[in-house]
Amino acid sequence: MADDPLAPPAALAGDVTVPPAVAGAEPVQSVCTPIRLSYTYTPGRALSRYLQAMAGKRILGERCGVTGQVFVPPRGVSPLAGTTTAGVVELADTGYVDSFNITRVPIERRPDLKPPYCSAWIVLDGASVGFMGLVINIPPEEVRIGMRVRAVWKPDDELETSAANIGGWEPTGEPDEVIDDYERLGRVGGQQP
Amino acid sequence: MIDVAVVSFAQRQEASIPGESEVEFMVPLMEQAKAAVDLTQADMGFTCSGSSDFLAGQAFSFVMTIDGTGPVPPISESHVEQDGAWALYEAWVKIQCGGIDTAFVYGYGKSSPGSLRDVLATQMDPYYVCPLWPDSYAVEALAARLMLEGGHVSERRLAEIAARSRVSAASNPHAVRSEPKTVDEILAEDHVLDPLRPSDLPAEADGGCAIVLAAGDRARELCERPAWIRGMDHRGDAHTLGVRDLTSSMSARLAAQHAGVADDKVDLAELYGPFTTSEHLLIDALGLDEDATAINPSGGALAAHTMMASGLIRIGEAASRIWSGDGDRAVAHATSGPCLQQNLVCVLEGD
Repeated sequence: MADDPLAPPAALAGDVTVPPAVAGAEPVQSVCTPIRLSYTYTPGRALSRYLQAMAGKRILGERCGVTGQVFVPPRGVSPLAGTTTAGVVELADTGYVDSFNITRVPIERRPDLKPPYCSAWIVLDGASVGFMGLVINIPPEEVRIGMRVRAVWKPDDELETSAANIGGWEPTGEPDEVIDDYERLGRVGGQQP
Repeated sequence: MIDVAVVSFAQRQEASIPGESEVEFMVPLMEQAKAAVDLTQADMGFTCSGSSDFLAGQAFSFVMTIDGTGPVPPISESHVEQDGAWALYEAWVKIQCGGIDTAFVYGYGKSSPGSLRDVLATQMDPYYVCPLWPDSYAVEALAARLMLEGGHVSERRLAEIAARSRVSAASNPHAVRSEPKTVDEILAEDHVLDPLRPSDLPAEADGGCAIVLAAGDRARELCERPAWIRGMDHRGDAHTLGVRDLTSSMSARLAAQHAGVADDKVDLAELYGPFTTSEHLLIDALGLDEDATAINPSGGALAAHTMMASGLIRIGEAASRIWSGDGDRAVAHATSGPCLQQNLVCVLEGD
């Protein structure tokens, strides 16, 4: 029995003497104590604006007033300078694949993601950092770093205040971006912030 | 022992801050606290924060808030899942270790997206107590009943504490409960949870605060009259409520002894008593004389209770009264956990 990690403890395995009042009752070996907390979550100023713009098929970033970098999705703060962002920037819905991963195993509760699929770190034109997206309408094996992509938006009548409005990113067919400097992100005009 | 002082303090507390994320409302406070002593993040030898993801329901919220410090190039940083007063304690220890003479400390909480009293049930023992979902008000009501039945306090005394907080809060722009009420008006309030009345409860708020610590000559450069930390100690009672005497606070008493509260007169005390019952126990545990010591001149947590920040705010409120000359020796207290389970006591003095 000691070899079986799933076996009940010795104290529960033998005869148990119980008070007469509960004689015959099935012994309790485990209890389920559900825990649930509910929230009325608000995403804050920057993300609220970002999600509202999504409903109009627009992608908003925010500019750092110190370094000039553009962050998307915006958080209201420049993570390098530690200052409140200086302004909103509307970004193109085109960019390039900075890095990617092909997933070949399914994810529980995401039946919409059929393996193999490609998730990528996509740098939008005008942005200083990448963000996550799915690369679609191309066999995953053909995805490559530097590949130009554009957003595939949901039909207009399905648009919500949600980042899910972008169903994925498809190749534009333009020549690939030449990536020869892996430290380019986080810099503006070649200068360290 | 290296002399360390509180040299800057900024706070914001409101009944709720629905439109801003935690990092959005903390960045201006962080900037304000640093700018007041003309420092930037690059000047900080160490940074430490206190917060909890459970409040706003935002996973890894503390990581998002670190963005607000400007952590590039990489900073020396730590976080406690406890009131910011414990983050200040960690920063104080870090300065005692040598090599740095400044530290930046902040604590914040946005509780309004959830039900704080229910969220706090999850800090109880997960096997026998938490599954019963005793919310924080209910647990305190049990303690209050024990105190009343045992003759440790009267309902009138609790109402007097509530009335005093309201009077003090009237001059605190950060208070969210400051309408004056007489003791008799408070006693006429209906019970929320017998024996607790609305005025016995913490005034829940969203917000946070930021503090700059500096050591020795650096503190004298940055601040005309630094609030020197002359003693600081924290202690914990048992987690399980059933093995504790809820009618007194052993850990607060020990922390006060080791921080040296009784070594000299105390001009003012900022106590983090979320309930009137807790304030009553703390005055006794810290050995304070209410005729000689101004108790909670800010109104305390009965006037504004910002989870994860209220303890650090007590230290800031006490320090700012040293800076202004309103007091020469002050005691600040912070608590954490149900029914004053953990307590931190800090003694501050001006030169």
